[in-house]
Amino acid sequence: MDKSLKKNTYLDFAATSPVEERVFNAMLPYFREDFGNSSSIHQWGQQSENALENARISVAQKINCKPTEIIFTSGGSESDNLALKGTALARRSLNGANKILISPVEHPAVSETARQLKEVFDFEMEYLKIDEYGRVDLEDLEKRINPEVAIVSIIYGNNEIGTINPIRQLAEICHQALVPIHTDAVQAAAHLRMDVNRDQVDLLSLGAHKFYGPKGVGALFVRSGTPIIPIQTGGNQESELRAGTHNIPYIVGLAEALTITNENMNNYHEKIIPMRDYLIDSVLASIPDSKLTGHPSHRLANHTSFVFQGLDGNELLVILDQNGFACSSGSACKVGNPKPSEVLLNIGLAPEWASGSLRVTLGRTTTMEEINSFIQILPGVVKSLRK
Amino acid sequence: MDPVKGKRKVVVAMSGGVDSSVAAALLLEEGYEVTGVMLRLWSDIELNTGNRCCTPDSVDLAKGVARQLEIPFYVIDAQTEFKETVVDYFINSYSSGETPNPCVICNKFIRWGFLLQKTKLMRADYFATGHYAQIKKNGSDPVLCKAVDPNKDQSYVLSRLSRKDLEKTVFPLGSWKKEDTRKKAEELGLNIAKRPDSQDLCFTGKSDYREFLSKYAPGSTRPGIITDRKGNNLGNHKGLASYTIGQRKGIGIASKEPLYVMDKDFEHNILIVSENKNLGVNKFNIQDMNWMMDFEEDELDIEVMTRYRSLLYKAKIYIQRSEGRALINTTEPVRDLAPGQLAVLYKDEAVIGSGFISKNEE
Repeated sequence: MDKSLKKNTYLDFAATSPVEERVFNAMLPYFREDFGNSSSIHQWGQQSENALENARISVAQKINCKPTEIIFTSGGSESDNLALKGTALARRSLNGANKILISPVEHPAVSETARQLKEVFDFEMEYLKIDEYGRVDLEDLEKRINPEVAIVSIIYGNNEIGTINPIRQLAEICHQALVPIHTDAVQAAAHLRMDVNRDQVDLLSLGAHKFYGPKGVGALFVRSGTPIIPIQTGGNQESELRAGTHNIPYIVGLAEALTITNENMNNYHEKIIPMRDYLIDSVLASIPDSKLTGHPSHRLANHTSFVFQGLDGNELLVILDQNGFACSSGSACKVGNPKPSEVLLNIGLAPEWASGSLRVTLGRTTTMEEINSFIQILPGVVKSLRK
Repeated sequence: MDPVKGKRKVVVAMSGGVDSSVAAALLLEEGYEVTGVMLRLWSDIELNTGNRCCTPDSVDLAKGVARQLEIPFYVIDAQTEFKETVVDYFINSYSSGETPNPCVICNKFIRWGFLLQKTKLMRADYFATGHYAQIKKNGSDPVLCKAVDPNKDQSYVLSRLSRKDLEKTVFPLGSWKKEDTRKKAEELGLNIAKRPDSQDLCFTGKSDYREFLSKYAPGSTRPGIITDRKGNNLGNHKGLASYTIGQRKGIGIASKEPLYVMDKDFEHNILIVSENKNLGVNKFNIQDMNWMMDFEEDELDIEVMTRYRSLLYKAKIYIQRSEGRALINTTEPVRDLAPGQLAVLYKDEAVIGSGFISKNEE
């Protein structure tokens, strides 16, 4: 029987990216040759521990922190969970702080965690005001921040609409009130050099597969002195903040992937930002009743996102896939029961706009030919799907 | 990574059932490039039923088949379209005392109208379903024909399709017997090989369709009286929607002679019963014609089926083209004629057209 599942032009790099060859090769020895448990006393263990600590040093250098401030996790979602739950619970028992402030356009790894803290752990939760691009309002944060707040969590670069938040300014406001601030930089780290000193954040989440590392591994930066308790308990790995035998090959892969990302950042920007802007301009010019979602310039380098009035975004993805282009949308639902994306409703879009969203995210391998052939078919597809 | 050149692409409507799954597998074996699509259809959330064809369960099963066959698979939302064209029609039909054909309407407007449209956008050359029916050629014209398996023939529910619809359609199971389809599913090791055939309306889910109607067409489930043709009160009925014309069992009143449902007086909510000998109609009108074949004569010897999966009656048809209707004159009386039902016209194995049975018989 012939296989018909095939791949087409991939324009969904915000969902995930392929592992770089250099990353893959760096990981390989730690599967079969240097397989020791980094917690073991013997030399097998020591070898793995060396790989682990070298990875930690490497990541710390890249984001400008101390190696002891890096916690390796199973990915961005776990990092977000550990940051919010770990710090909120620690802050409550230390200072009695009982409130969580987040933006209304967080990734579910943050918003659902905050919701659980509210519903199960009795925290208060408030949403910060945002502008039409999804950027958090500085004055609103200033008004709401006080020592009662256990943690503030604000997304660095938005996965759905690409907007980049003024993290440094937000962090300064939090620090004046002595409240720790977490940022979900899972998308952003693939497109911007992260620097926790520049940005003054206390916690920052990373996930390797967004920057051409393997899936299933991430990291959390926790500034020294930030109150936090472990969420996954057990052995004393990761400064007793994250129990579980270290996934050495993946951690090595994360460090290598971040190294490559930062090394090539300038070239990457030079290539990809003009392509992004060309795509945005072409789509808006060729499709009536279309809008860019998120900020036109303060946005992730590879990220374009649109809404088209009167369209089922899910259907659009199916048709695009069958026409050779793999994209995404804010309301993606694999069982055919789409609802307009909360994020898009929260930046003030009407449901008949928010249901018709499309996210096209470029990658290191994306070419102008691919963009051009995409732009050629998109207007016709949108037109024929409109009701 | 280019699509395989020259390969014909077909989109199969998949339900997670045996038939559509085997249909997809057969097309693969024939060398088509196959893509599976499931429609998410409407169901009543309050009755908490879930549309049988697209419960999360069915989606998972269909997805599982697609995974086994290694074909792409998508679920497309058609809830609004289905509610507006099929469910509302079903409710309105019962509300006005008729007996609807929701599957016929769904095939015309949802499976073909809505989905066939999408498959064109998906660059498919053909659209396939797991229906048991055949498409043959009359010159260059496609002709809808009965399935080889007489027990499974579904040409009746496809008789509202247009010839244009048929041009792009493939029925891989048209020449298959149901038991062979099931055997094939088992041979292929498909996870759904033992899944029972579906029978009931998909959108009333697990609830009885009467429960559904009591909510949406309460008039049709309101109890009333049963009379004979002279108007003598014989007892009570439990809502006209519970009875079909020609029904004998379950009327619930004792009589020396067997009683049959003869008619429904919807205006007065009366169920009219009669002894067998009074039943049967030889002449009736049909309207809203869908012609699937061309012919010049206005009178033809045909066979007619007036209810899905029921008897074929020999008949003469008198076509009143300008009126958009036709008179049917059957040799034997039709005992279960119900207004609103579809009369499907056959010439040998071919469907020549169909029309809905008019309310007022002449």
